Amino acid sequence: MSLKSILSLKNVSADFGDFYIKNINLEIKEKEYFVILGPTGAGKTLLLEIIAGFHKLKEGQIFIMGKNISKIPPNERKIGFVYQDYSLFPHMNVENNISFGLEMQKLKRAEIRRRTSSMMDRLKINHLKNRYPITLSGGEQQKIALARALIINPEFLLLDEPFGALDPVSKKQAMKVVKEIHSNNNLTTIEVTHNQDEAILGDRISLIMNGEIVDTGPPKQIFNAPKNISNANFLGVENIISGEITKNIEGYAEVKTKNFMINCLSKFNSGKVTLFIRPENIVLSQSPFKSSLRNNIHSKVKELFLISKELIQISLENGLKVYITNNAKEDLDIKVGDDVIASFKATSISLKR
Amino acid sequence: MENQKTKYIRFKRFSKSYSFLFLFLILGSILLLLIIFSLIDMVVKHLVLNLDNFIDTLYDQYVIYTIILTFYASFIATIITIIFGTPLAYVIARYQFKGKAIIDSIINIPLMIPHSVAGLLVFSLFMRKGLIGAPFREIGIMFEDTILGIIVALLFVSMPIYINMVRDGFKSINPRLRRVAYSLGSNERSAFMRIMLPLNKRYIITGSVMCWARGISEFGAVILIAYYPMIAPVLVYYRFNTKGLEGSAPIALILIIICLLIFIGIYYLTKEQKPNKSGEKN
Repeated sequence: MSLKSILSLKNVSADFGDFYIKNINLEIKEKEYFVILGPTGAGKTLLLEIIAGFHKLKEGQIFIMGKNISKIPPNERKIGFVYQDYSLFPHMNVENNISFGLEMQKLKRAEIRRRTSSMMDRLKINHLKNRYPITLSGGEQQKIALARALIINPEFLLLDEPFGALDPVSKKQAMKVVKEIHSNNNLTTIEVTHNQDEAILGDRISLIMNGEIVDTGPPKQIFNAPKNISNANFLGVENIISGEITKNIEGYAEVKTKNFMINCLSKFNSGKVTLFIRPENIVLSQSPFKSSLRNNIHSKVKELFLISKELIQISLENGLKVYITNNAKEDLDIKVGDDVIASFKATSISLKR
Repeated sequence: MENQKTKYIRFKRFSKSYSFLFLFLILGSILLLLIIFSLIDMVVKHLVLNLDNFIDTLYDQYVIYTIILTFYASFIATIITIIFGTPLAYVIARYQFKGKAIIDSIINIPLMIPHSVAGLLVFSLFMRKGLIGAPFREIGIMFEDTILGIIVALLFVSMPIYINMVRDGFKSINPRLRRVAYSLGSNERSAFMRIMLPLNKRYIITGSVMCWARGISEFGAVILIAYYPMIAPVLVYYRFNTKGLEGSAPIALILIIICLLIFIGIYYLTKEQKPNKSGEKN
């Protein structure tokens, strides 16, 4: 991306209560949808609050459009912020919640009313305008919180676990709304989440663990080529296999692991390595079939485990873990003890020395 | 036979699950009955059975004067507490700083010491020759045996109740609301005025009423600095000493009735307005 950076953090450290972040370096580009992904308690919300200016920095600097704003109070930063619990003002109705930011700018009353109502039209929440937050559904509350943040025309938008508290249907709608706001307004958006399914919405992802950013990149790179075993564990790479390279012919390496041989891409000719294979990248079949897949490993089904409404995790006796859909399981009639073949591309394997 | 047995088991189960509740009901109601009996006793003996005496007391101008003075002095003390106590409560609730625990303890000192001691502290400071009393005397303002003295004594003993209540109220507000307000362009002042203060309305009202009530009930601290002009609790004590129960009980009854009426009224006035079915408030 050649777009210029809108927000940058340089060696930022801070702590608040039980949470801390340390030595954070980030460059967020203009119009980017940036996701900060990490487990609960990693300091994700604190990082957002630091960007918004709610807490003091212990070290480091924050720049918006190249300007150092580290010491500028939050009310002068023009950053839209939406908390996971939406934090609507409970004593104000929807209209007054949304117009709050304009009232702080001391605009004329007619101007405030005009802009508030056009914002409500845009998010289709006009019918809620006299309601109080306590009476609204999660999805409605989120729209109000978004409208309230957007009305000040923020430089960028910070979203704290925006879909975490929603039921699946509202969640889908809310994701659509957020994506539309992002693309219609070219509004740089930073989302914090612990949910990997939401993280793939992002143009780029930063992985945060124990207060530190451990990896940054496009979703494909983050999910398929984790930097180390702890990242891989968090990212749901179920197959983390250690082995040794036995030979390498023109970049195709053969790795000997405890139970089987694996063909993968590598520039190394020998040495101990760790392989990461995502379970959804493995195809399961009952009889050999012709394909370009370089790895076809025979084994038996050891265990079936339902992980969601649609997905089943199958553990094989050789230790591999595979995801298949519920429908596929019905079609293939897979049972414990069945002989199966696990096939995957050489290119779907990430290798770390 | 079988029937008998199931009945017995049922009874045992019943008594097991309810014996705990019964025990707590009995223990709990003893304290409640203490209050109720004392009130009934007073009402029966000195209102129902001695109505003439009660009505005479109602026409006693001095009694009425002391009652009005009591409510008035306590009201002024409460207003002063609200003006100075609300900022103090907010600072303690909102900011982290060294020595906060010490400030918290200082605020509660008037609650912990005997009221006569509190009165002595106030007297020593505000008497004619006191540190504050002396300079005020120069400009013709006296605290000893004046309404001002009563107000200062009431202020001293009742402000902790208000400050504690309002501080807890501020603490109970989710700090995220304040932070969102900042991000929307509001400064410390407007965040306080538009978010924190209105959300703490109930605690402020309740705290004020409790502060006022505490002032109305004060006796010990007041008599040391201002035996005169007499407030109602002092008059009750004076009449008890000079005319016995007969002379003091009707005044007590009037006080009880007025207090109850005021507090019931305020309770209904401040009852939280719930949004109606369509989610709007009237």
